[in-house]
Amino acid sequence: MADPLLEVRNLSVTFDTARGPVHAVKHVSWAVNRGDVLAILGESGSGKSVSSSAVLDLIDMPPGRIDSGEILFEGRNILEMSAAERRGLNGKRIAMIFQDPLSHLNPVYRVGWQIEETMAIHGTARAEAKAETLRLLAKVGIPDPQAAAEKYPHQFSGGQRQRLMIAMALALKPDVLIADEPTTALDVTVQAQILGLLEELQKETGMALVIITHDLGVVAEIAHRVVVMSKGEIVEAGTAAEVYRNPQHPYTKRLIGAAPGKGEIHPDELDTPPILALQNVSKQYGAFTALHGISYELREGETLAIVGESGSGKSTTARLLLRLEEASGGRALYQGRDLFAMSPKELHGLRRDIQMVFQDPTQSLNPRMTVFQLVSEGWAIHPGIVEKSRWKARVAELLREVGLSEEHMHRHPHQFSGGQRQRIAIARALALEPRIIVCDEAVSALDVQVQAQVIELLDRLKAAHGLSYIFIAHDLPVVRDFADRVIVMQGGRIVEQGGVRQIFDAPREEYTRNLLAASLDPDPEIQARRRAERLERQKLAGEAA
Amino acid sequence: MQRFLAKRAVSSGVSLILLVIAVFFLSRLTGDPTDLYLPIDASQEARENFRALHGLDQPLIVQFFSYLGDLVRLDFGESIRRARPALEVVTEAFAWTLQLAVITMAIVSGAAITLGSLAAFNLGGIFDRIATFFSLIGASAPDFWVAIVAIVVFSVGFGWLPTSGTGTVWHWILPIAVLFIRPFGLILQVVRGSMITALGSAYVKTARAKGVGPRATIFVHALRNAMLPVLTVIGDQAAALLNGAVVVETIFGFPGIGKLMIDSILQRDFSVVLASIMVTAFAIFLMNILIDLAYAALDPRIRY
Repeated sequence: MADPLLEVRNLSVTFDTARGPVHAVKHVSWAVNRGDVLAILGESGSGKSVSSSAVLDLIDMPPGRIDSGEILFEGRNILEMSAAERRGLNGKRIAMIFQDPLSHLNPVYRVGWQIEETMAIHGTARAEAKAETLRLLAKVGIPDPQAAAEKYPHQFSGGQRQRLMIAMALALKPDVLIADEPTTALDVTVQAQILGLLEELQKETGMALVIITHDLGVVAEIAHRVVVMSKGEIVEAGTAAEVYRNPQHPYTKRLIGAAPGKGEIHPDELDTPPILALQNVSKQYGAFTALHGISYELREGETLAIVGESGSGKSTTARLLLRLEEASGGRALYQGRDLFAMSPKELHGLRRDIQMVFQDPTQSLNPRMTVFQLVSEGWAIHPGIVEKSRWKARVAELLREVGLSEEHMHRHPHQFSGGQRQRIAIARALALEPRIIVCDEAVSALDVQVQAQVIELLDRLKAAHGLSYIFIAHDLPVVRDFADRVIVMQGGRIVEQGGVRQIFDAPREEYTRNLLAASLDPDPEIQARRRAERLERQKLAGEAA
Repeated sequence: MQRFLAKRAVSSGVSLILLVIAVFFLSRLTGDPTDLYLPIDASQEARENFRALHGLDQPLIVQFFSYLGDLVRLDFGESIRRARPALEVVTEAFAWTLQLAVITMAIVSGAAITLGSLAAFNLGGIFDRIATFFSLIGASAPDFWVAIVAIVVFSVGFGWLPTSGTGTVWHWILPIAVLFIRPFGLILQVVRGSMITALGSAYVKTARAKGVGPRATIFVHALRNAMLPVLTVIGDQAAALLNGAVVVETIFGFPGIGKLMIDSILQRDFSVVLASIMVTAFAIFLMNILIDLAYAALDPRIRY
């Protein structure tokens, strides 16, 4: 067999940090050939991006250093090449796209210029590069390329920005494209489109595609082969179907076991009385209408999921309920009283009843406060819940309840992992003995295994304290496992609502069906079927139009 | 955009009016110019004539409104000391200061941006060490001391440069060099810090993945993004120079607005004090608008 196009052999990379050396990857090896789609699967901190950063010379040295190994491109070790020689490969032969295209595109230059630049630095004349840019923009599906080239990155949507990144990376028809979490921050339908585009371009040019991801669904959708990374090492490698069907390493087994969307679906809807009722609630931002008069009820003891893509208004309802923002119209009845019409004083008494857990605990926990201060702060604001002399004991109790321990009380948020921080945020919400907790994308930023643990925790707390949840999410598999009832939102309106079984098994609305069809299943076989259905739908929709 | 400019013009106008009120009354606190300009033994009549001539016999509030009335016709009054229109005296001096400020700031900005960028690109390297040295000097060396030492060394000691005054290119070197130090240190710090952030950003990573070389990475991709906070400080420092580098202008006998302001305060030459403050204030408002426009030019996300 001929040498592979790009091969990482026995690579070890160490970062020297203030707390000593961190071995980011240890003896990692993988290879791709033209036409291959390889996925590197791993959770945060697994080192899944490190080897590809090494390929493109993106590791800052110091603090990084390469301890061992080689990276062979067409049989030559690129680690031994000069910096200039490596720059000659970057962008031309090996290209990369990243997660979060907004921050990866230069905000102050026109996108056309940025795409041209890839070609210009590798020797294409500007005029030629300009013309090629317009062709590329059209190819990646950007409408009106001429006008688009003159715009700046912030003037595009998230999905379009990723298309721009792809256009930029593919400008010189590279032999290898490395895509680092290319669809992570995108809505499911956009994710499906971007993956479709990548696959189409990969087939057309025959390049090798390396996709770095934490999402088994992405692997199932696009990859031929997969390597699984944990703690800087490759623990498993094989074809996508093999690894999913027959995982060998305990880590892979756990990862696949934790994938959401495979659990017991909750039985039928509860028929408890409603605890909260929104009536015809609307919200305007200037001329923009974020919510067009929506109504729904939250029943006692239920988990009501609100799903939708970005801009659907799903988080706006949460902010209005907590009066973080004022509604433009409508009522929110809680215990027979309108939350929106309450005076600040009345509201104060009720605030403790409705608590919120946010998406990013790094931002929602004050970094200068200890866990004890964070959890007990509410008791100073709402006297009468816990006597001051019992604060310590009660914080300890709460920490144990959310799966932390008493010793954690005097630490600061940065000393915890993402999952632990979210537990602190939950303990803080719980401290006020609320009746309703609004979880706004509360598990979206967490790794799958941690996500599964936090969901389990929320479920247990609900039973123990008789809580009701409003669970705002974009991740349908998680909702399927966790919710009792689902509201599907689009463009500030409720498209469909119903029991979780009805929404997932027999959706009535086209929008819901599309959303479900676009969400990815970790099982490559199921995903292949779902994909075939989706393509069929697109074809039908295309013919109809 | 036009709305923004109109709004700024209105708010600047209001500030100018408040400034006139404050300075008009404050300057009168320095005393009666009659005591300064007439001999101690001047007769009461002569004193009254002098006061009447310059309108100082009127009640203060009347003087104020008549001054405002003249101002509307862009008449800034006469300089008592120089017996010339105050505005003429002030614009002459301001032209000197403006030249000094523009040249100094151009050199300072160019040097600080280049050195700061290189320092940020290679932290701990030779440029970074030079930058740290100058930042320290800029922050700690008092300019009156530096000015005097410079005169002692370069003019008196080596005899290379004139001690004071204007006339030849050589006269400009010492004032510019002394004025250079403080803003250079400050701006250098800001450039370095801002560039460290920009060079660590995601778009710089993209540029490297595209194969962009180090020079274009620094000066094309990172620098323009890093310029916003730098512009703010450049504006601040330029304003300080336009206000008149009082100490440096005085030491080097440079006929700029700073020296004129100090002199006219000491000489109780009220119209000149007022005119010079208004001219510099106007220049600073103008410069702030230019800086705001530069923000928008640098960063397409900023629109007024």
